Amino acid sequence: MPFKYFGKINFTPYTKVEKFSEYLHKGKLMGSKCKKCGETYFPPRADCLKCMDDKFEWVEYSGKGTLHSFTTIHAAPKGFEDIVPYTLGIVDLKEGGRLISWIGDIPQKEIKIGMSVKVVPRIFEEIPEIKLYYTIEKP
Amino acid sequence: MKVGIVGIGHGKFGNRSDATVQELAFEPFKEAIEDTNNLRREDIEALIVGSVPEYHMQRSLPGVVAEYVGMNPKSTWLTEAACASGSAAIRTAYMAIKSGVHDIVAVIGVQKMRELSTEEILALMGRVGDVQWESIFGTTFPGYYALYANRHMYEFGTTKEQMALVAVKNHFYGSMNPYAFFQKQVTKEKVLGSDEVAFPVNVFDCCANADGAACVILTNEKHAKKFNDTPIWIEGIGSASSQMSLLRRPNLVEIPSAVEAAKQAYKQAGVKPSDISVADVHDCFTIAEIMAYENLGFCDRGKGGKFIEEKQSYIDGKTPVNVDGGLKAKGHPVGATGVSMTTEIVKQIRGEAGKRQVSDAEIGLTHNVGGIGQYTFVHILRR
Repeated sequence: MPFKYFGKINFTPYTKVEKFSEYLHKGKLMGSKCKKCGETYFPPRADCLKCMDDKFEWVEYSGKGTLHSFTTIHAAPKGFEDIVPYTLGIVDLKEGGRLISWIGDIPQKEIKIGMSVKVVPRIFEEIPEIKLYYTIEKP
Repeated sequence: MKVGIVGIGHGKFGNRSDATVQELAFEPFKEAIEDTNNLRREDIEALIVGSVPEYHMQRSLPGVVAEYVGMNPKSTWLTEAACASGSAAIRTAYMAIKSGVHDIVAVIGVQKMRELSTEEILALMGRVGDVQWESIFGTTFPGYYALYANRHMYEFGTTKEQMALVAVKNHFYGSMNPYAFFQKQVTKEKVLGSDEVAFPVNVFDCCANADGAACVILTNEKHAKKFNDTPIWIEGIGSASSQMSLLRRPNLVEIPSAVEAAKQAYKQAGVKPSDISVADVHDCFTIAEIMAYENLGFCDRGKGGKFIEEKQSYIDGKTPVNVDGGLKAKGHPVGATGVSMTTEIVKQIRGEAGKRQVSDAEIGLTHNVGGIGQYTFVHILRR
């Protein structure tokens, strides 16, 4: 499962962490862990920021977290016009690290910074090609 | 040996579909030479262009600019740091002069953005965030600042009204600036009633994409007095970076590179935030100016909203900020902005700002942020 399948539009088809998309396809949210110093990363990194070692292993994240901030986009960039308005959230993951994604099933009025959320791996079903992503939903 | 500014020039910002990018660059370059005492174009040893290349159809901009302004065969190159490219170019000029490689250097900040559609610009700018993990969800520049704004509101109780007051102030001063894109005042109600771009950021919380150019000529202490009776010295030159991705930042209520660059600049110049007579800060969005007050130490962290509410950034306030209209009213031709800020601060310190003059302006500051805070340059200028 090449990394090019990750995202509505993918800008980075080649990466040392391409297995991320393979796991996501199987419904798993994975981060990376430095084999030398044990530092963990989400989003995953192939090279450790702390000790600069380049050997890492995959660790599964629960997807649990809290909402750090959010916004609703009305003026979309090229390639996203068909889905406006869409709400983006930043999540502080329980195991550390953050991610940004679309807020899924939470009604606009109920979205509050600091609320508990969960991140759910998903596949775009509306389009024939495989496009993987994740959404932010109620726990 | 100190480095000082001996010539400034500023073209009209706005929709400049009347000119090519090199024609835009020519206007402030000519004005900057005329602003000096008898400096000849031949005296300039190098031309540094501050610009973001991907907005132009013309590739490799310094080539066409150097030819059109008549700088061949002198040395020329580009400096890029997103929306801080202009200040990055000034830093490069400072280093070239300080090192003794060149004595006299011209910096032209120039950008022609309106060759592209708003959607294309939104996509380009959205990719100033991390493209691997963020842009794939359709992030935009206003969207990123909206994420800052919501978090700032959550932690400190900042309000949309306070954000709107920044726009009101900057359009008030912009109405007195003949170089500004927008020279009309706006009301708080108009800002709050304008369309939402990315909640809680409205159209009137955003600066506008614009075309434009500005120029400064710099030299060392040995030559400065020859070319200008009042050279304005660069006394502090801070520069720092923050994580490309908001996901790796320590928090979303400040710009770490701005805090660090300001610290460096104050230390080098030997001054405190309260010593600053006038500042031009990077108000690409109204929340950005509120964070700038805090990051530069004009007020405590979290008190930026109150600072504008109390009109402390007006000419009669504690620290006048963006009394040229800021990016908000002038428009934001990204490569030109940092150079434009510098020309305004030079004018203020020289006492040439007319109706917008801050009385006894002695020490001025520019704060130019690139991207969503990845780069910040803070320069402190003094008579």
